[in-house]
Amino acid sequence: MVNEVCLRTLDLERPWLMEQYQSRGGYEVLKQVLTEKRAPEAIIEEVKKSGLRGRGGAGFPTGLKWSFISRNAPGQKYVVCNSDEGEPGTFKDRDILRYNPHQLIEGMILAGYAIGATRGYNYIRGEFWEPYERFEQALQEAREAGFLGDNLLGSGFDFDLHTHLGGGAYICGEETALLESIEGKKGQPRYKPPFPAHFGLYGRPTIINNTESLASIPMILEKGGEWFADIGVKNSGGSKLFSISGNINNPGVFEIPMGTPFSELLEMAGGMKDGRKIKAVIPGGSSAPVIPGEQMMDLNMDYDSIAGAGSMLGSGAVIVLDDTNCMVKTLERMSYFYHEESCGQCTPCREGTGWLYRVVHRIESGQGRQEDLDLLDDVADKISGKTICALGDAAALPVQGMLRHYRDEFQYHIDHQRCMVGAG
Amino acid sequence: MTDKLVTIEVNGQELQAEAGIMLIEATDAAGINIPRFCYHKKLSVSANCRMCLVEVEKVPKPLPACATPVSDGMKVYTRSPKALAAQKGTMEFLLINHPLDCPICDQGGECELQDVAIGYGRDVSRYSEGKRVVADKNIGPLIATDMTRCIHCTRCVRFGEEIAGIREMGATGRGEHMVIGTYIEKSVDSELSGNIIDLCPVGALTSKPFRFNARAWELTQVEAIAPHDSLGSNLNLHLRDNKVMRVHPKDNESINETWISDRDRFSYEGLYSSDRLTSPMVKKGGEWKEVSWEMALEMAAASLKEIGDGDQIGTLLAPTSTLEELFLAQKLMRGLGCNNIDSRLRQGDFRMDATQNSVHWLGSSLSDMDQMQTVFVVGGNIRKEQPILAHRLRKAAVNGAKLHYLNPIQIDLNHRGDQDVCTPGEMAGRLAAVAKAAGVKASGGGASLLGAAKVDESAKQTAANLKAADGALVMLGAMAQAHPDYALLHTLAAALAEATGAQLSILPTSANSVGAQLAGAVPHLQAGGTAAERAGLDTLRMLKMPRKGYLLLGVEPGRDFWNGSLSMSALQSADMVVAISAFRSPELEACADIMLPMAIFTETSGTYVNAEGRWQQSRGVVRPQGESRPGWKILRVLGNLTDQPGFDYIDSQQIHDELHKLCESSTLDNKQAEPQNLEPLLSADVLLRGGDTPLYACDPLVRRATALQQTQDAGSDTIRLHPQEAARLGLDGSDTALVKQNGNQIDLPLQLDERIPQGCVWISTGLARTSTLGQPFGEVTVEKA
Repeated sequence: MVNEVCLRTLDLERPWLMEQYQSRGGYEVLKQVLTEKRAPEAIIEEVKKSGLRGRGGAGFPTGLKWSFISRNAPGQKYVVCNSDEGEPGTFKDRDILRYNPHQLIEGMILAGYAIGATRGYNYIRGEFWEPYERFEQALQEAREAGFLGDNLLGSGFDFDLHTHLGGGAYICGEETALLESIEGKKGQPRYKPPFPAHFGLYGRPTIINNTESLASIPMILEKGGEWFADIGVKNSGGSKLFSISGNINNPGVFEIPMGTPFSELLEMAGGMKDGRKIKAVIPGGSSAPVIPGEQMMDLNMDYDSIAGAGSMLGSGAVIVLDDTNCMVKTLERMSYFYHEESCGQCTPCREGTGWLYRVVHRIESGQGRQEDLDLLDDVADKISGKTICALGDAAALPVQGMLRHYRDEFQYHIDHQRCMVGAG
Repeated sequence: MTDKLVTIEVNGQELQAEAGIMLIEATDAAGINIPRFCYHKKLSVSANCRMCLVEVEKVPKPLPACATPVSDGMKVYTRSPKALAAQKGTMEFLLINHPLDCPICDQGGECELQDVAIGYGRDVSRYSEGKRVVADKNIGPLIATDMTRCIHCTRCVRFGEEIAGIREMGATGRGEHMVIGTYIEKSVDSELSGNIIDLCPVGALTSKPFRFNARAWELTQVEAIAPHDSLGSNLNLHLRDNKVMRVHPKDNESINETWISDRDRFSYEGLYSSDRLTSPMVKKGGEWKEVSWEMALEMAAASLKEIGDGDQIGTLLAPTSTLEELFLAQKLMRGLGCNNIDSRLRQGDFRMDATQNSVHWLGSSLSDMDQMQTVFVVGGNIRKEQPILAHRLRKAAVNGAKLHYLNPIQIDLNHRGDQDVCTPGEMAGRLAAVAKAAGVKASGGGASLLGAAKVDESAKQTAANLKAADGALVMLGAMAQAHPDYALLHTLAAALAEATGAQLSILPTSANSVGAQLAGAVPHLQAGGTAAERAGLDTLRMLKMPRKGYLLLGVEPGRDFWNGSLSMSALQSADMVVAISAFRSPELEACADIMLPMAIFTETSGTYVNAEGRWQQSRGVVRPQGESRPGWKILRVLGNLTDQPGFDYIDSQQIHDELHKLCESSTLDNKQAEPQNLEPLLSADVLLRGGDTPLYACDPLVRRATALQQTQDAGSDTIRLHPQEAARLGLDGSDTALVKQNGNQIDLPLQLDERIPQGCVWISTGLARTSTLGQPFGEVTVEKA
């Protein structure tokens, strides 16, 4: 059961081409929906049934999100795809854009049909030049084939789709900052509520979903919500793309059923590099709290299993660390990232992320003080849950996770002004 | 938002609040304090400072009170352990990169960060790393910056976007490197810019003229009324040692809300100009000599009596004088048989006077301005005439009102609006076209223009919008009133208003323009605002038919007049000019024979009647400078010395009460009988001068406010014209041009400006050199210098 949904064309030659996508039945479900004039409510119901949860990291049920839009409200509505894949460790959406862009396009058209939107935007991360070109080429093909534009396949339904290339800010992956960015403003999150379903792009009702979520839609509608739900486990329907990296032999993207044991995923990725001992795993992108390797070997890759271990499945970015890694150094690197990427809008994140980084940095460089670990806990606590968007939490969680499981390593750094791990 | 009330509970106390309002509005109304920095009642909610986090029952995270709508049954704790922890956490974050340089910070003692830190901060910082330092910016002569102190609340940014209507400040950079500034180094030029000084919760933006001059705790706050435009904005003066140190707004929701214009904020500097006239002086053999008050007053009274025939005297009064001064001045002069009294120094046409028997006014209350659906402004650049009024018009525009402008120059709007730009000579014709489109028949004063008017799409649209609106104004601005065909514009505007159901609005130009009419300080109305028994000469005729003697009150020859050179020649040719003035100037000294030093704004008590007819009293709060005396006292003694009854006032309140009684039945009304057979005086076929009075050139006080004079809005002694007009006049590549008007000529630096219509050159009035020319709208010749 690998590569069943988003990567279903991966085994083909030049799988990103329209003809290849169509050879696997691509755009068939769209044609069906349009010719049968399937009820939009039925589509949303099917998506709900599939158990698909937002693949960008938050895991919010996609069908439920769509049902928040008042479909018959007058005026423009929008479908926005979040391809600003910026979470360190995550590189799955890139492969969808590179290898199966048409499935995303089909998914977005279907989403537009379901909520009554006639315009879509795909916001692609600024550094993704190759995926951007692939996607643009696919748009061209789709437009020529009559899948985009006015009166699609004579159905009376209009939908067009545009690409927006980001400028390279991590914060623009936050959905409301992304909307601001499309509007041409500085990428800063909006205070929620109101949520995008009511006040989104240009103040209009908008659904904004992750690339993988939208690319899953055609298969859900083709084979049914139940089929998709059954691939996975309870509360975690479907299959999921995992981008696994770190001290392993075969880093890459794997589409596997939800609930697959981590050990199996690790095996697919070629196991630990040089046969070293697994020390820790960051299971859902850099903002997910770290889980000790031994514990991780007993967990399954689904929302509940990972959450049960005090972390989160997030975007499915699995970073595997072996025993040569210094956890202080690892945290320093992550804290630096959030410090650099804070947008600066709200106080706890603007000021707190820099403070976290500086304290971790001084511990790493042998200048740590005895009170520093309590200080880190306290500062992280003062950020988390107090900010406009989730970036503050994302900066606090790795600190809290590291101190929960590897406090002794940090203490050692402070006491001895050096690392307990040889490589540190 | 609905009117529905919900019940919430804050700290155990039950509150009623309008459904949909934010929690912080409800707690503010109930007097429950929640600390905040970014929230401001007049700005949009940004929820970025996170200082107002409170605990709401059943919500796991603390919520910002500024962005959380109240809902029925909501239970809120503003000082629970969870709320306090969040608030203290934010406070600590705000302070880690703040320089804490309070001892050298101008905001010290009135700093919101300082105040809140006392309640929520720690005594010792846990942050030992280097702090952020931000380079300061030069954003002009009014506002000093110290951006290291900035806490990124973005109030100044939101002010620009939402209130001033021009985005001058913004945030650049990310995270800790986020900086508030102008992006490209430039001055902040909004006419309301000073308000960001008040909005800034810390010492990042402070007043440049006030900087390092006093500490907040050394200042005493007293109230006053702004003496420049016709709004009568409410002020708080901050005094130390008998001196006005700075000016702040005083909230008055129905006038200035919580804002004031830069003119009202910084004009106080003029009080301390070295030009202040500080002792009575008389001219003897061409030399000015200081004399005693007694001697000066006796000489003044004697020389007024000596002229004998009251009709041979002209009385010219500044429209920024207090109501009491205006009333006493006309009482004194009418008592001497002089009916030649006027305060409309910049008006260009007085043909309407004959049929006016009521007081002209704004035509609407100020608070109704924001509710207007269509406003058609004729000859007005409201932003640069009366900034706070413009703010209200902008609010109306933002709410969807249609604004139309007919002007002899393209103006900078800070809201959506249609502009019809034509030469001064074409204005009446264009206005007639709109009136014709609205169905006005060719009759009455504007008959010939109405007959000839060609109705185009824009005229139709304006007329249609006026008709369709529920609440519309046709407003005559300062440029219309300065127009030589003001009577025509007035007649056409009145007919247009009548035909469309709109109100006619005659924008009073100065602080007491309405008051002057009530006080009888115009030739055709007497005290009480009713038709005068015997009408005298208006300003223009007093100057065109020079009198033997003049009494000037607060007036500066040359710069305060519609026709500067005419005012100089008339006054210089007089036998006797008595000037009651706060300032001396070379022009005044050249004209006057006796100068009596007068106390002004802040030094004297007095009343201002604003554009909507509201009477507001101001007290004298600092001692007059030198030997200067309040104007009412000077006029009272002149009344005594000219043996007139009814001049035994003990205080200005008595004068106020006397006039107030006379005004009991007076009404403000712009309706009047139309004069017949008005023919255009301004030709449309010759090269015309157009001219406004720049924002900071309007009266003697503001002209001496040094910081304001360094801004863009101070205006410049230049000639501006369209590049094609310059080419036509053979001025290609010239830096200067020779300008001739009414037999006067000067060289002026030349500026190409596409906003000036062709067939017209733009030369502002009220400036040092341009006031030696003639009227702002009139025939002019321009050639190579």
